[in-house]
Amino acid sequence: MTWQGVLQIFVLMGIAAILARVVGGYMFLVLAREGDVRSARSTGAAGPVAHTPLLDTWIGTIKSVLDRVIEPVEQGIYRICGINPDQEMRWTTYAFALLAVNLVGFAVLFVLLGLQQWLPLNPAHMPKIPFWVSLNTAISFTTNTNWQAYAGEATLSYLSQAWLVVQQFLSPVTGICLFLAVARGFSRHSTKTLGNFWRDFVRTLLWIAVPGAIIGTIVLIALGSPQNLHAYTHVTTIQGVHQTIAQGPVASMTSIMQLGNNGGGFFNMNAGQPFAGPNVASLLFQLILGFAVPSGCIYLFGRMVADVRQAWAIFAAMAILFVAGALVVYAFEAAGNPIINALHLAGHGNWVGKESRFGIGSSSLFENSTTTISWGSTAAANDSLTPLAGLVLLFNMKTGEVIFGSWGAGMIGMLAYAVLAVFLAGLMVGRTPEYLGKKIESFEVKMSVLAMVVPSFVILILAATSVVIGPGLAGIYNPGPHGLSEVLYAFSSGVGNNGSAFGGLNAASPWYAATVGIAMLLGRYAMYIPLVALGGSLAAKQRIPAGAGTFPTHTPLFVGLLIGTVVIVGALVFFPALALGPIAEQVAMHAGRLF
Amino acid sequence: MTSRMLWTSTKLVLLSCVFLGIVYMLAMTGFAEVVFPSQANGSLVHYHGHVVGSKLIGEQFTSAGFFQGRPSATSPAYNAADSSASNLGPTNKLLIGHVKARIQAFLKENPGIKVNQIPPSLVESSDSGLDPDITPADAYVQVPRVARADHLPQATVRKVISENIHGRFLGIFGHSYVNVLEMNLALLRAQSATGVSAGTRTHGISAPATAPGHVDPGADPGARKR
Repeated sequence: MTWQGVLQIFVLMGIAAILARVVGGYMFLVLAREGDVRSARSTGAAGPVAHTPLLDTWIGTIKSVLDRVIEPVEQGIYRICGINPDQEMRWTTYAFALLAVNLVGFAVLFVLLGLQQWLPLNPAHMPKIPFWVSLNTAISFTTNTNWQAYAGEATLSYLSQAWLVVQQFLSPVTGICLFLAVARGFSRHSTKTLGNFWRDFVRTLLWIAVPGAIIGTIVLIALGSPQNLHAYTHVTTIQGVHQTIAQGPVASMTSIMQLGNNGGGFFNMNAGQPFAGPNVASLLFQLILGFAVPSGCIYLFGRMVADVRQAWAIFAAMAILFVAGALVVYAFEAAGNPIINALHLAGHGNWVGKESRFGIGSSSLFENSTTTISWGSTAAANDSLTPLAGLVLLFNMKTGEVIFGSWGAGMIGMLAYAVLAVFLAGLMVGRTPEYLGKKIESFEVKMSVLAMVVPSFVILILAATSVVIGPGLAGIYNPGPHGLSEVLYAFSSGVGNNGSAFGGLNAASPWYAATVGIAMLLGRYAMYIPLVALGGSLAAKQRIPAGAGTFPTHTPLFVGLLIGTVVIVGALVFFPALALGPIAEQVAMHAGRLF
Repeated sequence: MTSRMLWTSTKLVLLSCVFLGIVYMLAMTGFAEVVFPSQANGSLVHYHGHVVGSKLIGEQFTSAGFFQGRPSATSPAYNAADSSASNLGPTNKLLIGHVKARIQAFLKENPGIKVNQIPPSLVESSDSGLDPDITPADAYVQVPRVARADHLPQATVRKVISENIHGRFLGIFGHSYVNVLEMNLALLRAQSATGVSAGTRTHGISAPATAPGHVDPGADPGARKR
């Protein structure tokens, strides 16, 4: 380990905190309307709102400049699509509208992928995409997972990549809508409605996704990513070898894939492919894109409940879990594989599946980020990580992607844990639990627990089935305990809507294409629709003023309790499976056992 | 879910396909071609008027007189139209077999070098299989072989490396590296400067080599895609 490798983890968290404040402040101006914000008086004596009006003035200026361009577009969309943005929706209507836009998005994407061989912008003459692969891909991109059962540069035409980009815009925006529905549960009171889905959707798309993607593309091109529509380039090298270089509209896709926490890259090797990740400056910028909105959601929540201390407590819990994970990944990767260390080369460190320009430190940081902010974009080969580094990545996903997580989804997953944490605290002292002025009763706890049970149920059932039946076993690449890790990773990634992979697994086989497809669907809808219901239930409740017996939820004690809840729920459910996979492999590796 | 919702969704998705799918891609491409033409077209490298590759995409170098890149798990090696990692796990005996074979091959091609002088990055395959760079240590260990094959003083070859080192970004991010293609072009220039005639060059674009007979002993024929 080097000091630079350790320092960059903390620098990234510092950047995330700044992003939370700036992007969150901007999102608040764009998305929150009157009635979405709890009045500060109701939070009790202590409820400081933001203290830096200067920063908010700047953010407001930027927004008002954008307003001039975007507002006419917004009104045009409402007119064309027949949307009344002022119509308030109950949680069921809100959820059905969300499902409708995802269902149509899925169907259109599936059909368009199926037509690839007949459509233009296909200079490399890519043939028909196999049925299972296009089905899996359509689910994957609609659910914000971006699990890739194909190699982009060897399977898809430029136009097919463009259709994927459409869902890379729409699916994270859907996540913000999920978040707003839940957040309004806490910020509103005594109401049956949670806002207007279409308004939330269109405004997030126009004010956040589109401008962010355009800025991202420009910076990524400047840092070296290609953006063209030419056929692949044929060259003869100075040694006389012929090489075909795949290119295309790389930057425009990389930008929204990172900003939207999608992670589905233009190339098979994602951000590790040097056109998608040309240098570490580009990689750092991609991290900034990736952290922008998930961090922003935390602060946005604080503004909506008129108590930003609550937001920073949640940020602290996420940041501590992030730093702990990143340090463990980096420590094991820097120590390397003892079996290879025994060959006495010049130095230690696991360089298998890592790029020289990123090195072990930045690769480890990126892979820990990829499984926390749920984007699934990779810059190193996760399948070749040391076993316990792989375990950390598995853990990050198995929590339900709540350590920052993707657009909106990570924050509401963490809110479900917070509800459970105050419930546990309430049990300990024998009081009815409350969170942010709302009584947490049986229905809220049930919905939160449901959201946590879904990942464990889906991952364990599907993984257990896969390792006892022929088609499941046939798809495993690495023998021994590592093979189980591959399978666990696939379903954790699917259900967490993450999309990264232990790449050895044969994801294109019908078995894994179908089962990971199911995992992605359940991980999105079975997990988050109950939380919208939670929002609906909370919004209907009266607000109770904080009293002397109220458990404060902005203190280090609560941060610790929240972290404990995440770790215990994550560890207890999965410990047996992890013991048979990465932990068994770690022991075997130290014993010098090969498979 | 009402039919009105589905109709609204359909219009919204089709609008998105046109504007976020096609217009966005074309607009960004047009912008890139005007403002950043070099990057937009893949950072291609020219030598004597020919395109000889991309600065960002690694190439297969096997000749003794060139710096060689990291092992590549694509099939064939350095296939820039199908990036891939080996995906071998840490306890897979194929992985250890490949590393040992690469060490032996390196020792054979670099007489005088001992095992404990070989950095692990030089015998472990990269992520993309297209890593255009190596670490400075990976380069320095190749100096005696390159200098011998190119009839250049070792000091000249070392200078080629030191002039091409890129440091960490902001002093902390990433790893210092050297670009293999840039160094090899610098070697060619250094050779022409010393007046080695084209006929006695060990390599050069004027004399296209046949397909390299050298095969990476650690090539991963079974490598799967992610």
